[in-house]
Amino acid sequence: MNTAAVIAGMTATVVATIVLAGFSSRVARTTGDFYVAARSVPAWWNASAISGEYLSAASFLGVAGLIMVGGADAVWFPVGYAVGYVLLLALVSAPLRRSGAYTLPDFCEARLRSSAVRLAASVLVVVIGWLYVVPQLQGAGRALQTILGTPIWLGGVLVALTVLVVIVGGGMRSVTLVQGFQYWLKLVAIMVPALFLLAAWRLDGGPSALVDEVPTFRVETTVAVGTDIVVTVDDPVRVQADGTIDGVLASGEVDLPQGTHSIDSGTTITFPAGAAVPHLSTTPATTGAAWGQPLQGEQSHPMYRTYALMIALFLGTMGLPHVLVRFYTNPDGRQARRTALIVIGLVGLFYLSPSVFGMLGRVYTPELLMTGQTDAVVLLLPQALVGGTLGQALTALVCAGAAAAFLATATGLTVTVAGVLSQDVVSRWVRDPIRSFRVAAVAAVLAPLVLSLLASALPLAQAVALAFTVAAATFCPMLLLGIWWPRLTDAGAAAGLVVGGTLAVCAITASTAMPDLTGWPDALLAQPAAWAMPLALATMVGVSRATRHRLHPGVDRMMIRLHTPETARLHPAWTAKGRR
Amino acid sequence: MTDGHRPRREVITGPRRDVRRRTRRSAVEDIDQQTRVGVVYVRALIRTQLLLGLSTVAVVVVPLAALPLLFGLVPGVRALQVGPLPLWWLLLGFLVYPAILGVGWWYIRHAERNEEQFTDLVEGR
Repeated sequence: MNTAAVIAGMTATVVATIVLAGFSSRVARTTGDFYVAARSVPAWWNASAISGEYLSAASFLGVAGLIMVGGADAVWFPVGYAVGYVLLLALVSAPLRRSGAYTLPDFCEARLRSSAVRLAASVLVVVIGWLYVVPQLQGAGRALQTILGTPIWLGGVLVALTVLVVIVGGGMRSVTLVQGFQYWLKLVAIMVPALFLLAAWRLDGGPSALVDEVPTFRVETTVAVGTDIVVTVDDPVRVQADGTIDGVLASGEVDLPQGTHSIDSGTTITFPAGAAVPHLSTTPATTGAAWGQPLQGEQSHPMYRTYALMIALFLGTMGLPHVLVRFYTNPDGRQARRTALIVIGLVGLFYLSPSVFGMLGRVYTPELLMTGQTDAVVLLLPQALVGGTLGQALTALVCAGAAAAFLATATGLTVTVAGVLSQDVVSRWVRDPIRSFRVAAVAAVLAPLVLSLLASALPLAQAVALAFTVAAATFCPMLLLGIWWPRLTDAGAAAGLVVGGTLAVCAITASTAMPDLTGWPDALLAQPAAWAMPLALATMVGVSRATRHRLHPGVDRMMIRLHTPETARLHPAWTAKGRR
Repeated sequence: MTDGHRPRREVITGPRRDVRRRTRRSAVEDIDQQTRVGVVYVRALIRTQLLLGLSTVAVVVVPLAALPLLFGLVPGVRALQVGPLPLWWLLLGFLVYPAILGVGWWYIRHAERNEEQFTDLVEGR
């Protein structure tokens, strides 16, 4: 079909990324260049880079896919991803920049003067980074599999290799340039197709997704099943099939009676126009009208889940290590605020489009609800709705954007994780900081690649929300208290990080290990942010109060440094780099 | 000024810079030496900025958090439509983004004003 368009789009992004990185790597030579781009990045370009890095495949592909399945409740994902920056702007951005630290562990050490807290923070950076990268690599594998039929490991391996080339080549400086470029690429690659899709939809008579019936095939549709699936058929239907259905070889006309059917990978089934779309037996069929309404999902306690998701996304953003590291590249606190504000605008502009794909996907590519590959709706919709040469051009564009999404986030997180590994682990054996960073970068790519091949996959946007959950339960309370509450002690912070991190990770693990849970246990374990974050916060406050004697004498100076504007002329020793 | 006359006496107007600088330095020294006044200045700034930050967060989060309750408890709201779009999608799909951008801009204006006032205070202007 449009294989050429897909390959052209993705290759263009990969080549542009490597060329840009190589171009700027000639400038990156000192350790400072590697870590924080020598702090000379203007606010709007830094904001483009943050947005480019932030808008992962979960945003580019996953949000539209989740909206296609989950409807009104799923809009909290993009809203939460954007609103998180308001909290980051108002509570964290300027003081964090004024702290003068390079990374989150550096901040912990500077504020609390404790290498133990630093170590806890380093471990958490690696955990959050890998929780975030693994779904990107898996998503790349599944996206390539869905649209090109390649083996499932290929996408992840390609992303990992490109990331390595970019990072080992140039460090953060090249990454800043590359990611600023990738934001604008992603914006164009989702907005332009969305506008064309809306126009094509109007020309088609504007069929609504919000109708009072379950999704149906508008035209005769051939569905190629890429993985083994179990589907439920509500209305008996006669189809053309070629492959294995319910363990029996099928070829030619087959009746699918009401009930559940297993369909093997490699089967193709042609449904007649007007037939109701069979749905995965794990997700119930919803009518368009119910899909458009909030709190209509089949999961238990939708109200709790909604609020817990809001807490995880609103508070998690400020604890994402790859986002925070970019605030150190601003020249001062005021610029850090401007950067955060521009990011709110850029990210918000981007999130206008995914809902369009999600809504139109229910009408024009409903077969994805049957195969469960809804994360591919952005990639497949242009061809399904527009078609022809224009459809191919738009497909190439969305594929270029998707490649940028996989690369940008994986690159940013790998740089951050590699920075931490390099400083806290590798530098013990490798003296040269640049070589140490490169060794760490290889480890920071390979480990999540192996994990991505072993672990089972969740929908993209949901998997990424887990990283937000851990960040919300750990770094969020640490930053809020560290910045605003002088009496936070090292013991309090360490206890809170351990409690929050352990609770969040255990809840997520338990929830994925026990998929049969229902009711409150299921809701609480699947969405732990609502209770893990307050518990971590309470632990930090409680332990700090009990360990008042551990407050270090320089805490007042640190608070002054965090909150005093650079324009106020204080004694130079206070703002000197590295002064503790 | 013509030849034969004594040079006209120049009257210096405007602020006496040496005096101003001296008072400014003394206020800055308050903080440098962590005298009580200095710490009080900064604590006050921290309180003001924290209040501003929390208000900003509340302005965004409280209305958003009210939406699920409103739509869950008042079924009549669900039927509301604006043109072809249900109210929910209009609010959360589109309007929320310009709204948070506006709140962020408002926050920055006030945060910088607070910092300017603080700078004026410690520099003794």
